[in-house]
Amino acid sequence: MVDTLLEVNDLGIQFGGLAALERVAFGMEPGEIVGLIGPNGAGKTTVFNLITGIYPPTSGWISLDGKRLAGMGTRRIFQQGVARTFQNIRLFKKMSALDNARVAAHNQMTYNPLTGALRLPGYWREEADVTKRAMAMLEIFGLSEYARETASSLPYGRQRRLEIARALMSGPKLLLLDEPAAGMNPTETQSLMSTIRDVRDRFGVAILLIEHDMRLVMGICERLVVLDYGQVIARGAPGEIRRDERVVKAYLGGSAV
Amino acid sequence: MDAAARKLWIMNAAALAAVSAALLLAVGTGMVSPYIQDVLISSLINIIMAVSLNLVCGLLGYLALGHAAFMGVGAYAAALVSIHWKVPLSFPLALLMGGVAAAVAGAAIGVPALRLKGDYLAIITLGFGEIVRIIMNNMPILGGARSLRGIPRVTTIPAAYAVVVVCVALMFTLGRSRHGRAILSIREDEVAAASCGIPATYYKILAFTLAAFFAGIAGGLYAHNMGVLNPNRFNFDRSIEYLVMVVLGGMGSITGAVIAAVVLTALPEILRPLSDYRMLIYSLALILMMLFRPDGLLGTAEFSLAGIAGRFRRGRGDGG
Repeated sequence: MVDTLLEVNDLGIQFGGLAALERVAFGMEPGEIVGLIGPNGAGKTTVFNLITGIYPPTSGWISLDGKRLAGMGTRRIFQQGVARTFQNIRLFKKMSALDNARVAAHNQMTYNPLTGALRLPGYWREEADVTKRAMAMLEIFGLSEYARETASSLPYGRQRRLEIARALMSGPKLLLLDEPAAGMNPTETQSLMSTIRDVRDRFGVAILLIEHDMRLVMGICERLVVLDYGQVIARGAPGEIRRDERVVKAYLGGSAV
Repeated sequence: MDAAARKLWIMNAAALAAVSAALLLAVGTGMVSPYIQDVLISSLINIIMAVSLNLVCGLLGYLALGHAAFMGVGAYAAALVSIHWKVPLSFPLALLMGGVAAAVAGAAIGVPALRLKGDYLAIITLGFGEIVRIIMNNMPILGGARSLRGIPRVTTIPAAYAVVVVCVALMFTLGRSRHGRAILSIREDEVAAASCGIPATYYKILAFTLAAFFAGIAGGLYAHNMGVLNPNRFNFDRSIEYLVMVVLGGMGSITGAVIAAVVLTALPEILRPLSDYRMLIYSLALILMMLFRPDGLLGTAEFSLAGIAGRFRRGRGDGG
């Protein structure tokens, strides 16, 4: 386990007196697709918020490539190579699809405000480069013809895709997808699955995803981590998880088989 | 630049040249009365005020109620430079120093104030504006309530016009750079912006400071137009006036702010013959505007000749 990408250890957070997460631990290898599943309110999104530094954990630690993330702000963690999407899509609604993608490449450009205002050569060079890369990214997600449309005018499925495209603009090592298939119809979900696989192969990025659509989860995840009431109740390959008694109980209620 | 962008650029440049030529010709040949010239200069100054406030209210999406105070800081700083520093090119130097002084004030208030949002920030900037006004009223070197006199009246229409074009162009290009996108992304969703690596605090302060800088330049123009400065000119009412221009033009639209600044400066003058009913009609116009176009004249869109030409072409295409 030398080349572990993400290590989550003994992670816990309390909101008021309530322990939202307790002793959560799991790891991820580079380029792996891992599913984080569990019933509603199990604490899945909270795990994302802790990894991305939106809240500091009350206990435990998270490391990326051997580097501790806890204590870094959202922006520093992003710079370490963690990008994410949100459960309730958080695009820059009134900006164009292209600009949404270009915002995420902000830190790959270096020209200062004056160079930008005066449109000196540095501005043209860097903007041309980033625009080209952003267009290529939109192309991958089938969005290039909507590049100039405002994000809010895109249909739901495309907004989800745009959010993933935006997250990938920074060239992350770890991509966190929060319910990427929520609200999609089966055809859209199917094509999303192949996109996610494609993204992993093309960019070599490890993907941790929260999802309720079991067909998607079982179809593309190589390993699963199951949360219930803020604790990890099972870990393993999709086949094993499907037969795990505690998981079935958590999902279907106490008396079910 | 692709072909479409180049075409747009040429059209805009041509339009700007045409407006400039018409304006300078009209002023140069003495066709416009001094009264109208005065209204024109006020319009030009208000354009800078509205477009700069748009950086904070429109692009960053924060409500600021002290914009006139920055204008005041710039006006006094520029006036002092002109009065006490007799050097060649003192007018551009004075304008620049006015901008820098206002920017320093903007950064000083921005650093603590921008931790807050919405109504809290509005109240802080309001308070700041009043503090600045009271300080100006009580500083002997600024002439206090008896006004600061003896400022060279060197703001001509061509000079003011040139300054306006440069300032608006700079704010426009900045808004379309990575820095402008970063400011916009904070307005749209601060959490998402942070998870795209945008340093939110830096850009809030940058937007606030730049808005103050340009307001300071406008203040310098104002000082050198009036020749006399009184602190009460930079009170809360004025800040509200600029805010109205931004809201009316459409938050986030530079061309909207320009149009609103000109219209709202000219309207009270045009309505002058109606004497007592003037402000009534002015207010009524604002209310109707907000009822029927709540996003302002242009919303967040920009007015462009190419856009209109495109709409005409599409219209014809549909018909045929």
